[in-house]
Amino acid sequence: MATALLRRAISRVPALSPAIFSRAHASAAEAQQVEPKAKSTTTPKTFQIYRWNPNSPQKPELQNYEIDLKECGPMILDALIKIKNEMDPTLTFRRSCREGICGSCAMNIDGRNGLACLTKISSGGPTMVTPLPHMFVIKDLVVDMTNFYNQYKSIEPWLKRKSEPSSPGKEILQSKEDRKKLDGMYECILCACCSTSCPSYWWNPKSYLGPAALLHANRWIMDSRDEYTKERLDAVNDEFKLYRCHTILNCAKACPKGLNPGMQIQNIKKLELTS
Amino acid sequence: MAASSKPRLSGMQKQVLALYREFLRAARSKAPEERTRIESLVSSEFHRNSSQVDRKNFLYIEYLLRRGKKQLDQLKSPDTVGLSSLNIEDSQTKRS
Repeated sequence: MATALLRRAISRVPALSPAIFSRAHASAAEAQQVEPKAKSTTTPKTFQIYRWNPNSPQKPELQNYEIDLKECGPMILDALIKIKNEMDPTLTFRRSCREGICGSCAMNIDGRNGLACLTKISSGGPTMVTPLPHMFVIKDLVVDMTNFYNQYKSIEPWLKRKSEPSSPGKEILQSKEDRKKLDGMYECILCACCSTSCPSYWWNPKSYLGPAALLHANRWIMDSRDEYTKERLDAVNDEFKLYRCHTILNCAKACPKGLNPGMQIQNIKKLELTS
Repeated sequence: MAASSKPRLSGMQKQVLALYREFLRAARSKAPEERTRIESLVSSEFHRNSSQVDRKNFLYIEYLLRRGKKQLDQLKSPDTVGLSSLNIEDSQTKRS
């Protein structure tokens, strides 16, 4: 079931389980004891986090957690780790590098796709954290990425050669200009923020490759060392695989690495016309 | 009449039965003693869920279908020789 469909069922009413509630009280009491020393008051912040556990088959809901920003790091991921460590160990999410290079912690924060480790906690009202939109949820913030990875695999993301390299056992050299063509593509970490923000991908997740896979297709099409450019262009030249991109450009807005997949897809479309 | 004895199945019920059938077909490609073990595990899992899961809990049934399809893909691979299950308290986790 896609999260967008699930979200209709979410109750916006704060749903604190009794156990969590008592724990929140305990930490509040502790904070009051420390207060005279720290002198400054606490800055409470509410996080509404999407919860769904496959082992207790109930409807998904938003659970509220209140934490003190004074005792927490600046990023959303710091808050999530703090909640998991101190308040609710059952909260489930993917994370690894905590510095925006692994792409594990992609999620929807206040309605925008992004990496939790690169998104600052906003001051002000409650922050809503949900899984990536229109993906199948496995548990809480963890989504099923199988289809996304299979699409990446389908574009054959490796160097393919027809001829032997001029000097066997050595690298295939590339001029600086040719290398520059890959800038803006090789940085992609496959976090799926772009694909899951694309309305076109929402409606055709199986047939449309999505911005991330197409960006990587273009990365290999533009590579001067790759000799299967024509075959690669023919492989994506499909009404659904490529031309479901209607340059909505949500992908460029969502990308946490500041890339523009929409522009790369335009480049493929341009090459399809000239080839 | 034959039609009255056969209940009309919903799309989701058909999907569940198709998945069950696919599991039995996949089991056929494994070694004989493994095959019986796989068959008994699969049928006990399906029977358990058929009695325990609320038939109107579509969200959960769809989740189970997706999980089952994933496990089936793993079982279909020739590298997979068998299926075993693990009981942790009262919840059952299946690994292939």
